[in-house]
Amino acid sequence: MIPDLLFLLFASGLLAGAALIMFGKNPMVGVLGMLLAFLNASGLFILLGAEFLGLLLIMVYVGAIAVMFLFVLMTIDIDFATLREGAAPYLPLGLLVVALLAAQFIMAASGAPALISAPHAAQEPQNIIALGRILFTQYGVPFQVAGLVLLTAMVGAIVLTHRPRTGVKRQSVAAQVQRQRGDALTLTSPQTGQGTGKTVAKHWAPKPVVQKPSKG
Amino acid sequence: MLNQYFAAVFTPDNLWWLGLTLAAILALAIPVLIGMAMLTWFERKVLGYMHLRYGPMYVGPFGLLQPFADAIKLMFKEPFLPERANMLMFMLAPLMVFIPALLAWAVIPLGPDPFFNKNMVIADINLGVLYLLAVSSLGVYGILLAGWSSNSKYPFLGAVRSGAQMVSYEVSLGLIVLSVIVLAGSMNLTKIVQAQTDMWFIIPAFPAFVMFLISILAETNRHPFDLPEAEAELVAGYNTEYSSMPFALFFLGEYIAMITMSAFTALLFLGGWLPPLNIWPLTAIPGIFWFGIKVLAILFFMIWVRGTLPRYRYDQLMRLGWKIFLPLSLTWLILTATVVKIWGNLA
Repeated sequence: MIPDLLFLLFASGLLAGAALIMFGKNPMVGVLGMLLAFLNASGLFILLGAEFLGLLLIMVYVGAIAVMFLFVLMTIDIDFATLREGAAPYLPLGLLVVALLAAQFIMAASGAPALISAPHAAQEPQNIIALGRILFTQYGVPFQVAGLVLLTAMVGAIVLTHRPRTGVKRQSVAAQVQRQRGDALTLTSPQTGQGTGKTVAKHWAPKPVVQKPSKG
Repeated sequence: MLNQYFAAVFTPDNLWWLGLTLAAILALAIPVLIGMAMLTWFERKVLGYMHLRYGPMYVGPFGLLQPFADAIKLMFKEPFLPERANMLMFMLAPLMVFIPALLAWAVIPLGPDPFFNKNMVIADINLGVLYLLAVSSLGVYGILLAGWSSNSKYPFLGAVRSGAQMVSYEVSLGLIVLSVIVLAGSMNLTKIVQAQTDMWFIIPAFPAFVMFLISILAETNRHPFDLPEAEAELVAGYNTEYSSMPFALFFLGEYIAMITMSAFTALLFLGGWLPPLNIWPLTAIPGIFWFGIKVLAILFFMIWVRGTLPRYRYDQLMRLGWKIFLPLSLTWLILTATVVKIWGNLA
């Protein structure tokens, strides 16, 4: 009974978030809608007993990916109204994709009710244990391959975007730490009226001290 | 039909449970809020003595009522709205900082209560650590939105800095927490504390403890990493345009985050509510006392650092996070996992 109520809450929140993304005039509102959608989706996951996936959704999508979206939107300066003008010709294509997706979902939901099974959470005390067990045994090789693909993608992104720039002054902490007193400073003990001599400042010759005649 | 549904949902049992949970939430949230108020007093007092002055001393004995006087003053200030700011987000942002800061306390266990010896925690969930990390990553949105919606230069710069900083240090924070989870063999905060009965994790995981302590300073935007609000460059950072209660909410959120992170450190490394030695006169003292002492010690450390160290430069902060802490914490995680694989964990 209470889970039903919560499901209604999360599901309507998810739909509201999605609607905000679609119809929000301001892209920042869109990001907020995305945030709402992620949080509610995570609530649905937890309701199904997949609490690990739910919290992971918040940590990864809300904590990292959506922040990046927000960063990009905050820092770029685009007039989004002009961006929308050319969108009309693509409308049939978009509708086609939506229709295909909807058909798939309806087929999956009606054709194979056995596939949509009850949550597995009851069989295992914690679903991280269940996930870990299946990830490192049955799906061990795909898991490793996925890791390699992600690593490649990361290295690729860095290589593609990295441009060596010249003329940038960088701080070398090691050089700063190793710098000795003698590198910057010479201690001398000049006699009064003699100056420091030629060893320190070569461009400067000590001036003779001229005593002003006292008045009177 | 709807009446039947509501009659089935709001049974006396359910209502009793709901009331009990609400009471538990209030019993935790109100002390946390008062603790936050006292923390501002504590900070000003400690900083005062470090600067060879008294700190607040006129309102109440030892100036103890100063935070409440400040709160009343803030409430009666005019909530100023900047022109051409995005009003909805401008008002939403302080809430998005304040609410996640309080949400985190749902999973923080305070130890057995002195009367019935039951564990004092609102939700003793298996993934408490993950929940804490997930919720604490939500706070950055309020800060980013505040900076953006103010439509002003300094808040914007402060928000961008703050966002980048919090996201960067979350990575190493998460890795260190992961090494502690491996050590304790559980993600449940209560079980992590129970695993420390023989030895606090500060002893086997001392390097991780040091890194964690520095990372929480950056995560909570505290000195010496308080670049988001560097007064000398950014006026006050993301909250420059805020006043009155919205400003107070930012302030509350920030200081509650400090307490939360200190409590988190105490639970992960300092044995939570466990006494320092497992012998009689120490075990007779309620666990909540030890927990409070530990949280206070870490809070004192945070204030002490503020009174002692100069502010980092922004590139130095980023280098520390990505080039030093990330490899070190990753190495530490692999090391811990190897050792645990060979000799077993400490649970």
